Amino acid sequence: MNRIEAVNDFVVKFANVNGSGSSSANELFAKAILQMGVPVSPRNIFPSNIQGLPTWYEVRVSEAGYLGRRGGVDLMVAMNPQTWDADVAEIEPGGYLFHDNTRPLPASKFRHDIHVIGMPLTELCNAAYADPRQRQLFKNIAYVGALSVLLQIDPSVFDTLFAQQYKGKEKLLDANLLALRLGIDYARTHLTQPLGLRVQRSDRVGRQIFVDGNSAAALGCVYGGATVAAWYPITPSSSVAEAFQRYCARFRIDPASGQHNYAIVQAEDEIASIGMVVGAGWNGARAFTATSGPGVSLMTEFIGLAYFAEIPATIINVQRGGPSTGMPTRTQQADILSCAYASHGDTRHVLLFPEDPHECFEHAATALDLADRLQTPVFVMTDLDIGMNQRLCQPFAWDPARDYDRGKVMSAAQLEAGADFGRYKDVDGDGIPWRTLPGTHPSLGSYFTRGTTRDAYARYSERGPDYVANVQRLLKKFATAAELVPAPVQRPAAQSTPLGVIYFGSTSPAMHEALDVLGEAGIHLDALRLRAFPFSTAVADFLAEHEQVFVVEQNRDAQMHSLLVNELALDPARLVRVLHYDGTPITARFITDAITRRLQLGTPPRQPQAKDHHHGECTA
Amino acid sequence: MTYLAKPCLHHPSLATNKVGYTRRDYEGKVSTLCAGCGHDSISAAIVQACWELDIEPYRVAKLSGIGCSSKTPDYFLGAAHGFNTVHGRMPSVLTGANLANRELLYLGISGDGDSASIGLGQFAHAMRRGVRMVYIVENNGVYGLTKGQFSATADNGSKSKKGVVNHENPVDLVSMALQLGASYVARGFSGDKAQLVPLIKGAMGHAGAAFLDIISPCVAFNNHAGSTRSYDYVREHNEAVNRLDVITPRHPIAVDYAPGEVVEVIQHDGHALRLRKLHDGYDPTDRLAAMNHVQTHQARGEIVTGLLYVDAEASDLHEALQTSHMPLNTLGRDELCPGADALARINAGLGCQGS
Ligand SMILES: Cc1ncc(C[n+]2csc(CCOP(=O)(O)OP(=O)(O)O)c2C)c(N)n1
Ligand code: SF4
Ligand SMILES: [Mg+2]
Repeated sequence: MNRIEAVNDFVVKFANVNGSGSSSANELFAKAILQMGVPVSPRNIFPSNIQGLPTWYEVRVSEAGYLGRRGGVDLMVAMNPQTWDADVAEIEPGGYLFHDNTRPLPASKFRHDIHVIGMPLTELCNAAYADPRQRQLFKNIAYVGALSVLLQIDPSVFDTLFAQQYKGKEKLLDANLLALRLGIDYARTHLTQPLGLRVQRSDRVGRQIFVDGNSAAALGCVYGGATVAAWYPITPSSSVAEAFQRYCARFRIDPASGQHNYAIVQAEDEIASIGMVVGAGWNGARAFTATSGPGVSLMTEFIGLAYFAEIPATIINVQRGGPSTGMPTRTQQADILSCAYASHGDTRHVLLFPEDPHECFEHAATALDLADRLQTPVFVMTDLDIGMNQRLCQPFAWDPARDYDRGKVMSAAQLEAGADFGRYKDVDGDGIPWRTLPGTHPSLGSYFTRGTTRDAYARYSERGPDYVANVQRLLKKFATAAELVPAPVQRPAAQSTPLGVIYFGSTSPAMHEALDVLGEAGIHLDALRLRAFPFSTAVADFLAEHEQVFVVEQNRDAQMHSLLVNELALDPARLVRVLHYDGTPITARFITDAITRRLQLGTPPRQPQAKDHHHGECTA
Repeated sequence: MTYLAKPCLHHPSLATNKVGYTRRDYEGKVSTLCAGCGHDSISAAIVQACWELDIEPYRVAKLSGIGCSSKTPDYFLGAAHGFNTVHGRMPSVLTGANLANRELLYLGISGDGDSASIGLGQFAHAMRRGVRMVYIVENNGVYGLTKGQFSATADNGSKSKKGVVNHENPVDLVSMALQLGASYVARGFSGDKAQLVPLIKGAMGHAGAAFLDIISPCVAFNNHAGSTRSYDYVREHNEAVNRLDVITPRHPIAVDYAPGEVVEVIQHDGHALRLRKLHDGYDPTDRLAAMNHVQTHQARGEIVTGLLYVDAEASDLHEALQTSHMPLNTLGRDELCPGADALARINAGLGCQGS
């Protein structure tokens, strides 16, 4: 029988029941491999439920540092009888199945082309622990111990990890060590048949950090000077607000007075959340909310107000599968258009597209600056894949010289000195007017903010010319925004090519891997990673320089493709859609396939097929 | 900003108050509402209250929703910033503004459609949260701005100008505010300025969420026979529980009341609220009794007015959140950014190799 043989390059998937305590054990497994200096990228695949439903934890081990989802499973740790059949079916031929063989299963439950490793986990834990909860809980740690032997992970890495995790909680440490040893000892004496998969020490992790994007975005809000946060719980964004709370408790409480340099309100809904953000922004505090698609839908009236009345607001949209309640615990990039053009009337909003937690941090802080500078809503368009999964990425960076850009806020002294204050007047050609904050000056600079039309001095006006001048200025401001937002990042091909590819956000790691694979196969593409909307001239130039450009995104309707075509007045025929939208993160295999097929056959886009190997992925 | 020269553009003979402003400095743009609209009387009462309390106009932030009532912040306190937000959502915007700068006086103006229909949720949650503000509903029982449809405060059985009878039960914002934890609750009538001005003044000195339901007839759409929000109807059915005087710490108490008829409540800012009782046994510091009284009289078709409830010890959202005494919008990088060294430690904690 074929045997998958791989060192530092394979996929392990854990099939568990949620609420069974598996997640911390699985995380321990991933961290153990990181401790070996080998990059991993784990992904939680979880239901919208608290207890009893299937969850999976997929760990890609990749010496090359490919952090996208690979697709396929080399080693399945099948701990959930409910999903057994599907889990077993997912293993690559020649792959491995690890399972609890306390209760024997009929031969029909297995496959002939995979290697089966059984361990009586229930029996071992029942013997070792009296408490039913511990019996259940420590099964997870025991399998991590056994796997570490099978994969040849140096046991000393657990000393480091446990020391970090259980500092000051010695009782917990002992119990966990016992379970780990249980697994290790059993595997050493009973599981002697070697596995073809192996972890070998490497130096490919280096200084990188391992963190989830939601915590990173929250930290970015702390560093970026947000003082007001208003939110309403929604998966997958809630942990942004929760992490903000945690970081504020650590960094924003004045040690002398105990006073809080922040205010967090869990609002009654997303309309109130954005209302509070708009109120705080109007009054000169940096404010943000974190939400997901359904929340953005509720917020749209306010987003239009903030656009038209020109009020800073930062919205972190951790996208999930839509429409409606959609796939609340799955990932997509399907709010591009609903955010870019949120609200009635002619509106356009700034969007940022972080690729990983490092950029979630960076873009959150940048969004707060941009919102103040541009006096408009700014969206940070992250998603469940980077938001809720820990990802290996470059350490967070902060230039000590960096100060906040508060934008054009006129002071009492400026007013006193006779500055001509016209709230909606463009004084220096960038389309951005000056504003004043309430309470600035006893007699100068007050104005009435409204969502109705007004003239340059904020006086109510329904005159056509006043309206047109104002909305034209807003367009000019948007053009200014294109030059202020994070520039696209280009990755030129190894040789000159008429082909290009555009991608953004969490697609990054899969795309980079696909570019390498395609390059090895002789298919060369210049790549451009969008980091923001509005599109800068570099994006238009890139499109002009290539005959055919693939646009890779994770939604059904090619929303970024539409945005590019619409905003840059392009001939849509020059753009090829590569669309992935089954709720799982896009893979390099998918992208490679789609691009190769298109180039070889020149076929038009194929419709998604439910029977495609991994959860019905679709192709271009 | 006290170092700045006070404006001195007006005629020297006009009387100024303690902070150097004339009454005219408290006015705003010329109202565009219908002549006789109750809302304009409320604006005038707000002007009067601010002037008498020596509030510097620019230290007030005026927020409103959408409606005829919500337009009025443009018609008073011209030197204050105003924000005409979206329909029914003034409370959230006010809350955010208040969080950003705790030092201003927040005045929220709304209508009955704005607060009891589309905005009922935001109204309720702002009361629950204890946002320090003066929240005024200019209650005319109709949607004035969209031309006379019933609002959610219209009484069951009341008749619209077009003769349509309302079959839905009314929302009583006063009862809701009491139940939800507002710490200053009053009802007034735009046609009774003598009662109204002190109610507003008392609210402005209050340290928590102050709510005022002010019956304000709409002369265009709800001032006919059969309406329960017309001037005539309200005058006939008004049951005032008390008469209020607000005595600032600077003014000695000038009026004498017969003993036993006066309740004095000293608020947080030192203002004394002197309540001349009109109803035996009405105690405005007893929330449950207030709820009971309002409900009982309402059932009889009476409109209870006056200061219905006050908690002199009220606190607000900032106290609950322990927010910095310095307004959040004045904090800069030094107070807010943990800096590069802290980030290096965070990175070390998130690093993957060694320990
Ligand atoms: C979302 C939304 N729906 C509807 C409207 C239309 N609208 C404007 S004012 C108003 C009712 C205002 O009634 P009320 O708050 O009682 O104010 P009044 O004019 O009576 O003072 C309505 C329905 C709107 N502006 N926004
Ligand atoms: S329509 Fe009614 S509420 Fe509106 S301004 Fe006229 S009288 Fe006042
Ligand atoms: Mg009304």
